[in-house]
Amino acid sequence: MPADRHQTKSKYTSDRNIPGAYDGETVTRRRFMTLSAHGAGAVAASAFLLPAVGFAVGPIFEEHKLGWQDVGAEDEFVQNTYVPKTITIVDGIGEAGKSTVYVRKRDPQIDAPPPKEFDYEQYVAISTRCMHLGCPVRYVDAAQRFICPCHGGVYDFQGKVSGGPPVRPLDRFYTRTRNGRVQIGPRYSVNQELKRFSPRDPGEPLDGVGQYLYPSRPSVRKLSHGQP
Amino acid sequence: MPKLKLPKPPVPPLPKQLNPRPRRPGGGPPETPVDMAKEAGISVVGWVDERTSLTGPARWLMFRKVPRGTNWFYTLGSATLFAFLNQAVTGVFLAMYYDPSPTHAYESARYITNEAFLGEFVRGMHKWGSSVMVILVFLHMGRTFFFGAYKYPRELNWIIGVVLLILTMTMSFTGYLLPFDQRSYWATIVGVNINGTGPLVGPYLSDFLRAGPEFGATTLSRFYAIHMLLVPGAIAALIGAHLYLVTKLGTTAPPWLKAEEQSELREEVA
Repeated sequence: MPADRHQTKSKYTSDRNIPGAYDGETVTRRRFMTLSAHGAGAVAASAFLLPAVGFAVGPIFEEHKLGWQDVGAEDEFVQNTYVPKTITIVDGIGEAGKSTVYVRKRDPQIDAPPPKEFDYEQYVAISTRCMHLGCPVRYVDAAQRFICPCHGGVYDFQGKVSGGPPVRPLDRFYTRTRNGRVQIGPRYSVNQELKRFSPRDPGEPLDGVGQYLYPSRPSVRKLSHGQP
Repeated sequence: MPKLKLPKPPVPPLPKQLNPRPRRPGGGPPETPVDMAKEAGISVVGWVDERTSLTGPARWLMFRKVPRGTNWFYTLGSATLFAFLNQAVTGVFLAMYYDPSPTHAYESARYITNEAFLGEFVRGMHKWGSSVMVILVFLHMGRTFFFGAYKYPRELNWIIGVVLLILTMTMSFTGYLLPFDQRSYWATIVGVNINGTGPLVGPYLSDFLRAGPEFGATTLSRFYAIHMLLVPGAIAALIGAHLYLVTKLGTTAPPWLKAEEQSELREEVA
């Protein structure tokens, strides 16, 4: 019995009496023609499809950097309440690119010291982006709470969740001081213990396996080292 | 009791004066302008048909047998198709005025509504038509489900229909941003963040939708391109496939009709 029972014909075209066959030729000219036509079609299609797909998904890999923005003099901010300030998150799109940030002076009584590479931080800047689905929260001084108008998220004075659907505390921004002026830097996200992570979108918890289920994105990273 | 059948009297022939004599082919020039117009129409259709053989497919598409019991519920698919055509046509004309840039979008939508001739009407047709289309899609789907019309051999048509439903929802989602007012903006923020809550792929998906980590300069134009080019093209192509399968497989009878007994098996009643 032959090794391959299914091979009834020789693989050499000359053995199969195909006219004009060369010695050692295994691909017929008809088959070669078909394959090269399909190959040429595939090359032509990928020539426009691949760049188009790359064009569409490119922004996922493009890093978006937020510089430092001046929000006011040091004596404007106190420890026991927040001052709303407007910063520009995206340039060139007018009002849609602006966002409110709540700033206060760091209170050593309630705020844990910042990581040592950021030990110059004297101010706490809290983002108004609700961590449920991204609506704008506002700070209510009487209740000392941040309240979201959309689905009833409530955060305490430090921005930790005290009620409603949000999955993690409010995002924060790096802060620094320059010539007596307070400056706001890039955004970072925090988990329930206020440990710092690179910015995540709302609705993505960072406790437990959350930080692995919602990985850091190449388009936005946290500051790796301080810039005092 | 069997039905009594009365013999029908023969129909009397039409009097000669009312019976028009057919024109003989090649029998001189057409007599009246109506004849000439008829002749012209026939010859145009004949000219196209001779070169394309399209009348066969056209008859196949239009003159189909439908089962007994076909009723108004069977028009929901065509109604959805017309809702889509309404969206397509009004959308094309809205695109003539609309400017998908974050700084001009709201102003151009306001211009369409308040200044452009019939703009309020066309925008209203598009806005309300989108809700009508979603409602009709669901009614059509419900009809198909409750009549059992998704069963063999029509499963593929059901699958195409579900893809069309998802694409319609994509149209609603992307179109909602375009007026670029407060409601549009925040609804889109919320919608994109809902996409982001999918584990592992979510963060990248929302970056893809926004074209970056923040709602930025190209988010609106990205939504606009998806809304007016990418998805409508896919919907039109899939509607073609959907209609082809409807024509090829035919429609089902409503479930309350029993299959007819064959006459030779029917018991004789004396």
